[in-house]
Amino acid sequence: MSIELADVENIAHLARLHLSDAEKQEAANSMTDILGLIDQMQSVNTDNVEPLAHAFDAVQRLRKDEVTESNHRDELQKIAPETDQGLFLVPKVIE
Amino acid sequence: MMIDSGLADISRALADGSISSVELTQDYLKRIAAENTDLNAYITVCDELALAQAKAADEKRSNGNAGVFTGIPIAHKDLFCTNGVRTSCGSRMLDNFIAPYDAFIVERFNEAGAVTLGKTNMDEFAMGSSNETSFYGPVKNPWDRTRVPGGSSGGSAAAVAGRLCAGATATDTGGSIRQPASFTGITGLKPTYGRVSRWGMVAFASSLDQAGTMTQTAEDAAMMLNVMAGTDVKDSTCSNAPVEDYTANLDKPLDGLRIGIPVEHFSDGLDSEVEKAIRAAIAEFEKLGAVVKEVNLDNSHLSVSAYYVIAPAEASANLSRYDGVRYGYRCDNPVDLEDMYKRTRSEGFGAEVKRRIMVGTYALSAGYYDAYYIKAQKIRRLIKNDFQKAFEEVDVIMGPTSPHTAFPIGSKNDDPVTMYLEDIYTIAVNLAGLPGLSIPAGLVNNLPVGLQIVGKDFAESQLLNVAHKFQQVTDWHTRQPG
Repeated sequence: MSIELADVENIAHLARLHLSDAEKQEAANSMTDILGLIDQMQSVNTDNVEPLAHAFDAVQRLRKDEVTESNHRDELQKIAPETDQGLFLVPKVIE
Repeated sequence: MMIDSGLADISRALADGSISSVELTQDYLKRIAAENTDLNAYITVCDELALAQAKAADEKRSNGNAGVFTGIPIAHKDLFCTNGVRTSCGSRMLDNFIAPYDAFIVERFNEAGAVTLGKTNMDEFAMGSSNETSFYGPVKNPWDRTRVPGGSSGGSAAAVAGRLCAGATATDTGGSIRQPASFTGITGLKPTYGRVSRWGMVAFASSLDQAGTMTQTAEDAAMMLNVMAGTDVKDSTCSNAPVEDYTANLDKPLDGLRIGIPVEHFSDGLDSEVEKAIRAAIAEFEKLGAVVKEVNLDNSHLSVSAYYVIAPAEASANLSRYDGVRYGYRCDNPVDLEDMYKRTRSEGFGAEVKRRIMVGTYALSAGYYDAYYIKAQKIRRLIKNDFQKAFEEVDVIMGPTSPHTAFPIGSKNDDPVTMYLEDIYTIAVNLAGLPGLSIPAGLVNNLPVGLQIVGKDFAESQLLNVAHKFQQVTDWHTRQPG
């Protein structure tokens, strides 16, 4: 399976990464290589095998819907690039 | 010098008053100042914090309130959040990130009275097997400074091997504790998945990541695990399995221990000198009363393939939070939000991280999810089943941690797949969630060789016992570089 530049552009956009033309070509080459490694998985039949998402097939633990944490916004926002009145500031989203 | 000793000896020396924590800490800081510019094991050295903690520890001791770990200087891998101290994950993305809280294990060590010497270097976001992808430059192997220490926990490994700390925390997702331990001649423990809380441990691949220890000996690893293991409501993947005293069974005799040697780990690709050293090490266990038999891990050859779908896929999700909005790096003069996301991420992440995000995004994208991600999870089930079958006949599984000894810096940078194959013996253990240890078992051309020992779920006590008995009759773990 070979990765083309158009695939790279699509994936880069999904991942919100910006790649230069040289980087795009390098990405296509290395991803094609890596897919070669991954395609070895297709050599084994897994038709009746259950996927394993967690080593011990654990499920999400739940707890009572009670407030147990306190608000640390001011402390945690101290390290933000830009804030105003408790909001994180970002460039305008223009449509 | 006292700072050449391991945790257990240091704990005893502090207890009997032959040294103070402040003296110890000063000696480590002096050695770090002399060696770290070259070795590059530490990204951040916490001089003031360490001395303050050491002073507090000595005071606690003079008030009769000291515990086993009070006053012992350790290092933390730089992906554990340390309140008020930079937590960089070896990345430009978090170069300016001062963690606003302590990770669970950091809290535990602080409560136990440990002294934090600093934060150790690592492959960026834990992605690598050589500590060459760090934004802060490569770490050197104290055994041969032209060679890698292994990765991703190369800084922790070099710090312990270079005697720049008494022990260090680290993490292992595909081999990142065991392989560097093997390359630097120290003891590296990856506990069972869920044994140690991941709260405050920056996530790479959430179903695989596990915090562990790097020390000179198995006894030291047991001391650290006693501090780290336990349940935590803030990590819903953390196990409620009962916590033992991991030092209690270290001396149990090994008569009748059944050791499994996977045929697949002794085939092409394993360096013949490394194989000799490993087989000689296994023979020592037979002298201790163990019985050895061959086992099969039929789907071994697919572990790297499955891992390089699952880990990048989970990483692509975990690293999507790095967007320049709330903390960390933000690009200059973003034109709009999309530009901010794209340039922040492209400038903040290094090449290997971007590569894995791309592979992971691809594997999870529409049309490929079943063929790649679900297929990999099925392979994961087969790999777990292989271990379960083997453990019906044996108690522990042993083999080489790595196919060879430490390689030269820069020698594997041409092709990512060559680097990925470094973890060929370690990766399956993460996929199956099992505990694994690497202990020094020999030297080839004066470079360390590691023996990997894998156990059943939550069998850390047995693994440490097996390793400790070996360390009582051999001296590989006492060898030091130079």
